[in-house]
Amino acid sequence: MTGTASTREVAGRTLVELGRDHPDLVVLGGDLNKSTFANLFGAAYPDRFFDFGPAEQNIVSIAAGMAASGKVSVVSTFAVFSTARPYDQLRVGVSQSNLNVKMVATHAGIITGEDGMSAHAIEDVALMCALPNMTVIVPADAVETAQVLRVVVERPGPFYVRLSRPATPVIHDNGFAFALGKAERVREGGDATVVACGIMVNTALEAAEALARLRVEVDANAQQGYRAEGLADRIRNEYGVSKSRASLIARQETSNFMANYIEASSRDAGIKKYQWYSARDSRTRPDHLALHGKIFSFDNPPITDTRTGARNNPMQDYRCRCRAKPVIS
Amino acid sequence: MQVIDDGGAIAETSTGRPVRMATPGGTATKDSDMREPMSAQQLTEVARRLRRHIVTMTAMAGSGHPGGSLSAVEIVASLYFRVLRHRPGEPTWPERDRFILSKAHACPVLYGALAESGYFPMTELTTFRKIDSRLQGHAHIKTPGVEMSGGSLGQGLSFGIGTALAARLDGRPTRTYVLLGDGECDEGQVWEAAMSAAHYRLDSLVAVVDRNGIQNDRFTSEVMELEPLPAKWRAFGWHTLEIDGHDISQVLAALDEATETKLKPTAIIAKTVKGRGVSFMENNPDFHGKAPSKEQLAQALEEIG
Repeated sequence: MTGTASTREVAGRTLVELGRDHPDLVVLGGDLNKSTFANLFGAAYPDRFFDFGPAEQNIVSIAAGMAASGKVSVVSTFAVFSTARPYDQLRVGVSQSNLNVKMVATHAGIITGEDGMSAHAIEDVALMCALPNMTVIVPADAVETAQVLRVVVERPGPFYVRLSRPATPVIHDNGFAFALGKAERVREGGDATVVACGIMVNTALEAAEALARLRVEVDANAQQGYRAEGLADRIRNEYGVSKSRASLIARQETSNFMANYIEASSRDAGIKKYQWYSARDSRTRPDHLALHGKIFSFDNPPITDTRTGARNNPMQDYRCRCRAKPVIS
Repeated sequence: MQVIDDGGAIAETSTGRPVRMATPGGTATKDSDMREPMSAQQLTEVARRLRRHIVTMTAMAGSGHPGGSLSAVEIVASLYFRVLRHRPGEPTWPERDRFILSKAHACPVLYGALAESGYFPMTELTTFRKIDSRLQGHAHIKTPGVEMSGGSLGQGLSFGIGTALAARLDGRPTRTYVLLGDGECDEGQVWEAAMSAAHYRLDSLVAVVDRNGIQNDRFTSEVMELEPLPAKWRAFGWHTLEIDGHDISQVLAALDEATETKLKPTAIIAKTVKGRGVSFMENNPDFHGKAPSKEQLAQALEEIG
């Protein structure tokens, strides 16, 4: 699968598929069945589909009763109505009771922006993670959603599956295999770790790509001998950040480039050590001033922030104006 | 379909499931695992023992809810020892009838009935509300014979809709009985469920409202007026009966009428007395959620006999 697809629609279609092999699968909806695509299950298996209107407390307790009688109960409604509204019913009737109730919730997050704040499910993951026996899964795309639903239906116990409204990019190929409870590495890298779930995984990937482009641009800018200020304007235009932030990024990343350049050229010349040389003016940090004149190895940077214990060579720390004077032994 | 009459003969009915007639002296059952249904006289004796269990358990625990347990004794006794098709040796038997205690604070009467039925040893009743006990202060589904976790009011009728719908899907003869408190009817979910059960024409579902007139703080009429309560249930599409909930013959007759009623769920408004059987507890809101002292226990046991 490539392109875009909405996780809610794939969930609705997958439930129809699962209904074929699982005669005990029942779906309970609350008058949002067109939006959640639960109506597909209703059309395929009218006997096993139940609409109770927007009465989510009732729905969850009924789902628990059906689960206690051997059914696999899928409750399909919006995330806001799947969690906060019937929370007590979930707490006592489903999670404390450890029953086979699967909350398949759509329209999660702030993606429902235009509907106003009441429609934004932003507490749902916190609420559901606080419940005993409850497994929370937030699939990243349509491919994962289809596999997640199979696991959720076939494994005993309560589950919360958090799905979204819009069609979002499919990031997994058909060789993907979902593993319950395991984080998945979707991009290699060495500068930063970004942890994401759901449709934000794609957003995180886009952010990583943007940062990689920025790195190329910073390095080119510095190599060509241009000042950081020109770069700041381009960052501001391309990434939509404030003027001061764009300026900070441009200066800091240019400074980092220079630090790396000095280190690399020193190493090329067989130089492994340097003398810390700080600006020694009123803006110089006491931690950096204390390092002035001391000799360090590029391989073992000193602590440049005694509060955090962070270690850096000159020009790597935030807004650092210190310099490394190569020491030729 | 079969009705078991006084002489143990099995009669055919059109309902598709074995039914025990509401007449005393029944001696035969279709399921060999089930105990013989009790006569009205035997049920009166069981009710007496349940009352002794209730006051003893709560007194030993030093806490609990004796008042609303005592008011439900005849209802619970009639169900467990006459009406329900259940197998104490096989609590998860799929075809069993379900008894759901929605007013789960009244679990002393349920635990007493379960122990008397043989779900767990009678001696276990002494562990009520103690740490590591299976007999929590509000009934929990993991206890053998307990169908639903309660303690947060208003959820049992919905749960019962779930068990009734599942039975219908599977073609099981299971019937579902839900015991509600009258104060519990303040919960909005009760009425969501009432509407749904009628919509799905769940004639295998029976709601019994223990109408003892007292809730946690005060009399129900002071906290939140429920009347006209039977009219409310009728308006929600239920076949509704009003009975004296301490008259075993009336309880049995109402449960039988519920079984015979088709295409509608049945609500039985059982007029009861909170704390029934113990003079200082009767109609006394103080004993909704308070255990008797040692001295009070002695007096209670003497009065119960």
